Amino acid sequence: MGGGASTVKPTTVPERLAVNSFQVDEDESHIVVDQELCRTTGTGAAIIAVCPASVYSEQDGLILVDQAACLECGTCLAVAAPGALTWRYPRGGSGVSYREG
Amino acid sequence: MTSDATEPDFDVIVVGAGLAGSVTAYRLAERGLSVVLIERGDVPGSKNLSGGVLYGRVLETVFPDYLDEAPVERRVTRHVTTFLTPDSAVSLDYSADGLAEPVNAVTVLRAKFDVWLAGKAEEAGAFLMPGVRVDSLLTEPGPDGAATVVGVRAGDDELRARVVVAADGVNSFLARSVGLRPKPPTNHLAVGVKAVIRLPRVDIESRFGVSGDRGAAHAIVGDCTLGIGGGGFLYTNTESLSLGVVLRLDDLLRSGHTAIEAFEHFTQHPGLAQYLRGGELIEYGSHLVAEGGYPMVGEVAMNGMLVAGEAAGLAINSGLTVRGMDLAIGSAIAASDAIAEAVASGDTSEAGLAGYRRRLDESFVMQDMRTYARAPKFLERPGMYGPYGELIADVLHHAFSLDGTPRQHLLTVARHALKRSPVALRQLISDGWAGVRAL
Repeated sequence: MGGGASTVKPTTVPERLAVNSFQVDEDESHIVVDQELCRTTGTGAAIIAVCPASVYSEQDGLILVDQAACLECGTCLAVAAPGALTWRYPRGGSGVSYREG
Repeated sequence: MTSDATEPDFDVIVVGAGLAGSVTAYRLAERGLSVVLIERGDVPGSKNLSGGVLYGRVLETVFPDYLDEAPVERRVTRHVTTFLTPDSAVSLDYSADGLAEPVNAVTVLRAKFDVWLAGKAEEAGAFLMPGVRVDSLLTEPGPDGAATVVGVRAGDDELRARVVVAADGVNSFLARSVGLRPKPPTNHLAVGVKAVIRLPRVDIESRFGVSGDRGAAHAIVGDCTLGIGGGGFLYTNTESLSLGVVLRLDDLLRSGHTAIEAFEHFTQHPGLAQYLRGGELIEYGSHLVAEGGYPMVGEVAMNGMLVAGEAAGLAINSGLTVRGMDLAIGSAIAASDAIAEAVASGDTSEAGLAGYRRRLDESFVMQDMRTYARAPKFLERPGMYGPYGELIADVLHHAFSLDGTPRQHLLTVARHALKRSPVALRQLISDGWAGVRAL
């Protein structure tokens, strides 16, 4: 049983997120970053390091936010300096919807 | 609903249909109180995620037949703790029939389990309101001048109650919004990153050495987290595995690694291949974990509001077991008894709700939190996540590898291994003693 010698096939974050169920809120983003504070406090680098869903990335010194990928754990908020990140839960019924959990 | 704004709509508003919230709602509705259970997910459980082992004896005191009724995955009769190094694994493997009679722990998948539990609250008469995000608390100055929680606001709607229960999870936005609980420091928090891997029942049973409805829980430390404080877990569900890492945030930030790198390093570790091969990823999730232990509990009550479950910092990582769900249920029992008493007496102020903290303190919840109060500090000791696993592996390598050289007593082998290791004997003794005291 089991077949090949390798472990579970390596996957990328987008591949892993693709198996999840998401209801994207097109009207309201639940994440807002303060670019200036993200830069000066190191919050930008910290939230990129801790987010398991690659919601945050950096391009030309700016923090980009892909809120549709968010798993809603709140880890980014836990490492953010005061004011650098506004993070709340998405509106009721939107966001990730775990089928296993 | 009532036209008089000051008359409560319900006796109790419970925010969050996780274990703490649903059990609180169930027990209060059972006693005839009017209860609304508000949940931001479309379905209870759809926002909830755990590693997956529920030490369920406390749930049995609420639902004696939960093992037959609830969608539990497997009954855990085998606990394996493994130190991984890049090329070896040393395990402590405990399996016992005694863990099945009575059932000590079960694996659960929260999206399935929590919908059952919220259903029990509904059956008992609680009004379930899913798909609603509570935006803020309604507060008024109380008789003593201090803020009193009188309800919640969700969008344009306001609901009032005599008591609000903040069972809104580890981020605890409600308690934070009124200054009851501060934002925890990063050494009190960890990020859990988890995959659910589908695997045929027959493979689970042969690979994990279990059969029927029995299952195994593996805790893994060492190389699996790239040296970051925390550990890995691998639990058997009925037809899937729960696989993940838990990484302490202060250490993760210091390490220069990302949570994603640590997760991928763990899931691709050669030591796990024998369990995972051929498996299919069916979900990827994460959860912030309260790991501060006793010092993180702090304030859990104010005028008109109680905080329960992980919102109150109730979680224990002893190194061998990681617990949160049983503590959430324990806090729900304490909260519902205290609320029933306060509502009956007509005093739902902080003083009227003081029975919550007293009951928590008397119950296994705070007793265990105190017992393991030193565990978080102990587990912050860096040796736990690298050198110790390598040291043990080195000793065992010399014990089992018969290479033709004359044998030495194990103690001599250990002394030589310790000399090769970066671990100092003084540190080993210090950590060993701290471990005995903490755990």
